[in-house]
Amino acid sequence: MTTKTKKTTAVEKKLIGLADIVIAAADRAKDPTFAIPIRALSNVSFNPRKGLIEMGQKKQARSFFNVGMAKKFMQTVLVADALSELQRADLTTSLREIYYRTKHTIKDSHENTFDTQDESDPVIEDLEVSLAALREELHVRAENSGSIVGPVVFGDDGDRVDCAKLGKGGYSVPSIVEPEYLEIRRCTADFVLLVEKGTQWNRLSEDKFWRRYNCVLLTGNGQPPRGVRRLARRLHEEHRLPVYVLVDNDPWGYYIYSVIKQGSINLAFESQRMAIPKAKFVGLSSADPERYELPRNVGIKLNEKDIARAKELMNYQWFQKPAWQAEIKRMLTSGLKYELDALANKDFQYLTKKYLPRKLKEKDWLD
Amino acid sequence: MSKKHSSAVPAPSASSPKPTSEPAAPQKAPAKPAQQVTAVEMGARQREISVSEFFTKNRHLLGFDNPRKALLTCVKEAVDNALDACEEAGILPDVTVALEVVSNGEPVAPSQASKFRITVTDNGPGIVRQHIPRIFAKLLYGSKFHRMRMSRGQQGIGISAAGMYGQLTTGKPVKIISRTGPKAAAHFFEVQIDTKKNEPLVHENKQIEWRQPQGTQVTLEVEGKYQKGRASVDEWLEQTSIANPHVRLVYRTPEGETKEYPRTYHELPPSPREIKPHPYGIEFGMLLKMLQDTKSHSLSGFLSSDFCRVSPQLADEICRAAKVSPNMKPRDLKGPAAEVLYRTIQNTKIMAPPTNCISPIGEKAILAGLYKQIKGEFYTAVSRPPAVYRGNPFIIEAGLAYGNRPEDQTKPQQPAQPKAEGEHEEEDSELARVIRYANRVPLLYQQSACATFKAVLNTTWKNYGVTQSRGALPGGPMVIFVHMASVWVPFTSESKEAIADYDEIQKEITLALRECGRRLGLFLRRRERAASEFRRRNIFELYIEEVVDACDRLKGGTLQKEKLKAQLQKIATSRTGGLKTDEALGKTGAGPEGLPHSIIVTAEGVEGEVELASRIEADAAAVSFSGEAGRPVAEKPADKPSRGKAGQMALFNKPDGPNRPDRPNRRNRPNRPDKPTPRSAPRGKK
Repeated sequence: MTTKTKKTTAVEKKLIGLADIVIAAADRAKDPTFAIPIRALSNVSFNPRKGLIEMGQKKQARSFFNVGMAKKFMQTVLVADALSELQRADLTTSLREIYYRTKHTIKDSHENTFDTQDESDPVIEDLEVSLAALREELHVRAENSGSIVGPVVFGDDGDRVDCAKLGKGGYSVPSIVEPEYLEIRRCTADFVLLVEKGTQWNRLSEDKFWRRYNCVLLTGNGQPPRGVRRLARRLHEEHRLPVYVLVDNDPWGYYIYSVIKQGSINLAFESQRMAIPKAKFVGLSSADPERYELPRNVGIKLNEKDIARAKELMNYQWFQKPAWQAEIKRMLTSGLKYELDALANKDFQYLTKKYLPRKLKEKDWLD
Repeated sequence: MSKKHSSAVPAPSASSPKPTSEPAAPQKAPAKPAQQVTAVEMGARQREISVSEFFTKNRHLLGFDNPRKALLTCVKEAVDNALDACEEAGILPDVTVALEVVSNGEPVAPSQASKFRITVTDNGPGIVRQHIPRIFAKLLYGSKFHRMRMSRGQQGIGISAAGMYGQLTTGKPVKIISRTGPKAAAHFFEVQIDTKKNEPLVHENKQIEWRQPQGTQVTLEVEGKYQKGRASVDEWLEQTSIANPHVRLVYRTPEGETKEYPRTYHELPPSPREIKPHPYGIEFGMLLKMLQDTKSHSLSGFLSSDFCRVSPQLADEICRAAKVSPNMKPRDLKGPAAEVLYRTIQNTKIMAPPTNCISPIGEKAILAGLYKQIKGEFYTAVSRPPAVYRGNPFIIEAGLAYGNRPEDQTKPQQPAQPKAEGEHEEEDSELARVIRYANRVPLLYQQSACATFKAVLNTTWKNYGVTQSRGALPGGPMVIFVHMASVWVPFTSESKEAIADYDEIQKEITLALRECGRRLGLFLRRRERAASEFRRRNIFELYIEEVVDACDRLKGGTLQKEKLKAQLQKIATSRTGGLKTDEALGKTGAGPEGLPHSIIVTAEGVEGEVELASRIEADAAAVSFSGEAGRPVAEKPADKPSRGKAGQMALFNKPDGPNRPDRPNRRNRPNRPDKPTPRSAPRGKK
């Protein structure tokens, strides 16, 4: 990890390898083709022993001289070129900047290399997968869209960041949290609480929940970005902190939990260093409304998409545990979903003062 | 009550010299103020109405509803007459139409002017001096009403109504110059119509010097409004020239420009024969009248000689079936017996009427007209075999001009501006245009009421690769040409604006349009195939550059770029079918397959009816245009790649030219051995 330059060279070599594929194929009068691992459910499998979603071996060929793929192929080479430029200049950039960097009008035509960012983003993910290089290694960062607060001290670019002394706003989790970028200097917390929504994180931070229960509060504002997931994993791994997940009671909440725990389908290749197989689901469970006497009128009727998604989840291998099947089924039978915010119906501080203390006391969570 | 009054009022007063009732009313008034009018008084008011008076009041029936339309109607009537006369006399028509602004003193812009002088000159047979006044100044006088023969005019109202309209709105008489031959003297007439008597009033009648050896010139002065665009005089003349490519038409616009529509088809349409009415086509009252008027002495003789397709045997058979004697005098057949006969006739199987009474324009001539007037890349024309509605034979012809000329397609793309996110090529939302004709005369008004327009809407153009929204015209750029030729075109109104929607007519139009559409589809698919191959190759060529540049940068600028490029290009060519693509792109010389009577314009030249096309271009090039001379065909050099000049002439001198009406449907036999078919010849481009 210390020889930063050596590592970037490795990625750069892989990128240059793409050019070599083109040159070699041209020499032999063959159609230049890249093999790109498929990022779909059909190419992932759940490893029950490791508790991880792993990517399979299936690859798709992307060849130049195929009308359907020619443009994608050309775009892949262009993005590879831009990424190698980042490597050489040792800069990091955003997905959107890559899009702008590679966009131009092709000579003698009216065609743009890329029309929207939706075309360049998947190409970057394709390259991550096929080069087995992490996004951070490619020097591409995502938005900082996560916050942390609690008894933990980081070293960021030489600055000491004590997350216990950052008021209720906390520290904004950078998108790249690898040890060479972010150092965990000290951590005295007992566990990590990862909250789906920023609003509930704010409630807990304002109420200084972390102080009373000596924990780290993390949020990713919805589907947690890589930085948040990776940071949780590092706290879990390096400081042996158990991770508890607090999400809405709907299929999307369940899926967020599963992504934290086992990894995502799209980025299955990164599960290895992102997933936290021991993460626990504290709530909101479909059993909670009854147990915590939430009135039925704060529920929301499941729509067709919710129901379809829930049924999909029930078929995923990593949701096959009986407790989980029962959890999802209970939601489907009730026909209702509940937001974390609905707890405010009982009291503004119900989450901090009643719900979580009772959950933690009763160890009422799902694995 | 009425009796009492009629005795009270002496009879002589009713037949007093003053025919109007106004003086009579006050006479009676003192006696009883709110008195009712007696039958005698009412009877005294009854008067004969002259046709001319009727039409003075009802001019909208004849197409004089508003000044703009009236101007067009006047031009139309004069041109129709000129063309009918020329064709009947076997002369290739040469017609000049001049519109001038009439102003008192100050010059007025044509768009602001309200009075116009219309002068139509033809090279026709001229008119015998004695007939001139009545032809131009007596309504319902003419040669066309009483015969079953295809002509533009049908009733003998047109030109005299136009003259009357002029007289009504400007007070000016109609001026006529006519000369029946180089040896005859030219006569000049000024006539007006006596609207009460429907008789001509001759103001001037003298011999004059005229530079034309033969022909007629009519000058009308009318109130009108000149406006370009839809349903204008300009549009009407242009459309006339499309359906009548055998006519040389010169048009002097009010702005002082001269537009010339050259003759591109050098053969007169065969003269239509006159036929007798077909028994299916007559009404009962008509039959009664014919029974009274006939010269025959026996009923069977009447049937076989006054109708077409009734042989003496068939006449006897009809009489037997109707239980009347074949030998009885036609005049004696009345009442129920006549009705039985009428019904029997309708139920008897009678051969369809002969069709040589109609003269279609012909596929070649339609092509010539479309190609001359409309810039496109695909042209086709279909003449249907004759069909019959209500005992009237008719022929439907349809044509298509589609697309933009290759040279125009590339132009608007020139400013190569890079597109920003969310920007796209603007969609072409142009709709097709329908041009409608009845007996070669363009119909400009009431499009949506016309059977032709309905047939165009009901055709599923999507099947032929053309866009079409629900219940709308197909997407353009396209001009759809539909012509109905018949001895009696069923118009929806007297002003002859839309063709009535008979099932038989609708069916024929639909069939003709489908055939046009099928050919268009064939052309579009062929073009699409070539274009997609071209695009494929093009895509690779474009991307190779990008990929090679990116690889070079990845390799730190050490790449042999040219070598890699050449290698990739070689792979691209072999992957896109090489020679096959050339073929699809039309670079190997294969002509259009299965597209009879069509012209295709590509960037490389013309395909299909090449002789016809190059002949048209030669004709167009020979014309010197002035003013709005922008007719693109003229710019095209006449010596464009074409072949077989000798074959060209043969085509136009063929005795059984494309106008032969009884010609079988060409669809099944595109390869007539006696014709120089274009696809048998090489296109001369490799």
